[in-house]
Amino acid sequence: MTFFFEVLIGGLLAGVMYSLVALGFVLIYKASGVFNFAQGAMVFFAALTFVGVQEQFGLSFWPAFAVALGAMVLLGVLTEKIVLRPLVNQPQITLFMVTIGLAFFIEGLAQLVWGTNVYPLNLGIRDEPIEAILENFDMVISRFDLVAALVAGVLVAVLAVFFQVTKIGRALRAVADDHQAALSVGIPLKTIWAIVWSVAGFVALVAGLMWGARNGVQFALTFVALKALPVLILGGFASVLGAVVGGLIIGALEKLAAVYIDPPIRGGIESWFAYVAALLFLLVRPEGLFGERRIDRV
Amino acid sequence: MKPLRAIAALLLAVAAGALSTQVIAQAAGTQFIGITGYRVGPYGPNGAAFFTGFIDYLELVNQRDGGVNGVKLSWEECETEYNTAKGLECYERLKTRTATGPTAIHPMSTGITYGLLDKAPEDKIPLITLGYGRTDAVDGRVFPWVFPILSNYWSAATGIVNFIGEQEGGLAKLKGKKIVLLYHDSAYGKEPHPVLEAEAKKHGFDLVMVPVPHPGNEQQSQWLQIRRERPDWVILWGWGVMNATALKTAQKVGPPRDKMAGNWRAGPEIETEAAGAAAANENNTARQTRAGTDFPVVQDVLKHVYASGKGGNKSLVGTVLWNRGMAAAMITVEAVRTAQAKYGKKPMSGAQVRWGLENLNLDQKRLDQLGFGSMIPTLAVSCTDHEGSGLVRFQQWDGKRWKTASQWMSGDRALVKKMVQESAAQYAKEKGIKPACLKG
Repeated sequence: MTFFFEVLIGGLLAGVMYSLVALGFVLIYKASGVFNFAQGAMVFFAALTFVGVQEQFGLSFWPAFAVALGAMVLLGVLTEKIVLRPLVNQPQITLFMVTIGLAFFIEGLAQLVWGTNVYPLNLGIRDEPIEAILENFDMVISRFDLVAALVAGVLVAVLAVFFQVTKIGRALRAVADDHQAALSVGIPLKTIWAIVWSVAGFVALVAGLMWGARNGVQFALTFVALKALPVLILGGFASVLGAVVGGLIIGALEKLAAVYIDPPIRGGIESWFAYVAALLFLLVRPEGLFGERRIDRV
Repeated sequence: MKPLRAIAALLLAVAAGALSTQVIAQAAGTQFIGITGYRVGPYGPNGAAFFTGFIDYLELVNQRDGGVNGVKLSWEECETEYNTAKGLECYERLKTRTATGPTAIHPMSTGITYGLLDKAPEDKIPLITLGYGRTDAVDGRVFPWVFPILSNYWSAATGIVNFIGEQEGGLAKLKGKKIVLLYHDSAYGKEPHPVLEAEAKKHGFDLVMVPVPHPGNEQQSQWLQIRRERPDWVILWGWGVMNATALKTAQKVGPPRDKMAGNWRAGPEIETEAAGAAAANENNTARQTRAGTDFPVVQDVLKHVYASGKGGNKSLVGTVLWNRGMAAAMITVEAVRTAQAKYGKKPMSGAQVRWGLENLNLDQKRLDQLGFGSMIPTLAVSCTDHEGSGLVRFQQWDGKRWKTASQWMSGDRALVKKMVQESAAQYAKEKGIKPACLKG
């Protein structure tokens, strides 16, 4: 039974790491109703810029963080100006296709600027078991995973306040509901989109640093987006809380399945089990766990 | 600059670059070498190191020796991103660049190798699969155009079992032990399964196979399984980010890393360095090429290529994959030289290079002349043995670099030979091939 709980807790903590990435998707979706395919590429670009400036210019953590954040804000502003502004009021599928192109562009740009090397990243948090838990319960719980959970918790709290309480947050939600209606009541669409892409860039930077500290900063970071997709399907595309709860459920299910179902069938199910779980969930609740049920007048 | 003008300028620059590359590639009278490389994408860092070493050696042959018997080398690299579809596209593009074809193709990917198995014989282009699949291509009577030179996956896997046996005090001590194979869930990762299952049966150890989905940047559940199994040894069969993640997760979950052994793909410096302290002083990997710069040929590259500003990336010089790329290029060049001895000192066609590969003999004296010394084992390729060596050597990471942990050693040669012949015969039957050695 101890082993079951060890896997379960490990899965929940892995799910928090997925949630960190999923949050970026949620932000863009809330503001524009668009699924941002480029979020994984943004995670890669942000982390690579951070370690790149550290290595090239010998910057310490906070200056490097500031430069990387600046790069993400610039990327957000340019995305709004060059890519999104000409496409106001276009169908959502058009905007989605644009983000696919954007993903490839960002991936290529990041490698062009910083190269394709693998950069080790040390945030000073040891990715080792907490000895007291190991000795008393014979369970491996990583200190790093707990810090990641804490970071995700803080991010969720900040974003929840941002969306619910601030004027910009309410404007974001209005834009998400209807571009034209938002424009007609004087909400500056350009500014809102630039802000939300910048905030998504900040979330991408945090996610990139946490994932990069674990595995090294390299192209494989773009694949973390694939881990976030079932989280979004399950949690709902427009819910910050859904991203977190969805991450926890997907993380736990994925790890339990990999440990208890995969060995006898040797099917390498970890890569697709989360998607199957999310799809089954969709059949029951198409809008996701925390998504709003959409009712159209016909 | 206006965006449209910038885009137009960029397109013009790209077109100009492509044209100039083509001009170099098609320079009359050269031995053109088509390179299906990868420098971007999830496995880009690995490919960049390998193909930089490969091109640095070609440059050395041109700069120092004036080519191969006076025939200058030219080359063109096409980016595959370690993607099978793109690899096949690159192959099609490169095969028609010159009248003599691309000399030989190094796919550096088991997936691309499988994709080219039927095409290469039709086009008469040899594939050099240095230390990777398809393993049963060792039998040149069935696979006359494929050369898994040095040591194939099965030789490496049985070499690892022998190494573990040595560490445990003899192969007999493996009885009752538990060994986990942590593998990349791909064609590459599945390649050693049959031979390890046969080894487990033969030596009486319990083999547990744990797959890691591509690209391998999340391995929590795999290592919890390993923790539950409490194995005596873990064999790491990884590539790219999977290696660094495995070492870091192993550190977190607990199995001792000095009880881990991997194949040649499992421990490039870029990944062991990314794993940081998790890799220090541990992790044995079976290699067919030694790392380091203390080989005369490496010093020659620094002197003749890098000193004149023609080198690829000095920080890669002497690393595992850069040295491997050098060795791969040298084998290609020596195959051309061998073929020239028969067909004349001119650019060789794919068919002629195939003959050169099948008659390649690199004894210690020749390796010393070439400046490779003990970087690779001696080689003697023949129609029935496209591997030519089968030896591996173990190295251990000391926190900063690889240090030698064994002499050249072989795996279970008899078992591998038997399984290769059986598998090749089965393939021949399925494809309607009548096994025979090609002449000329």
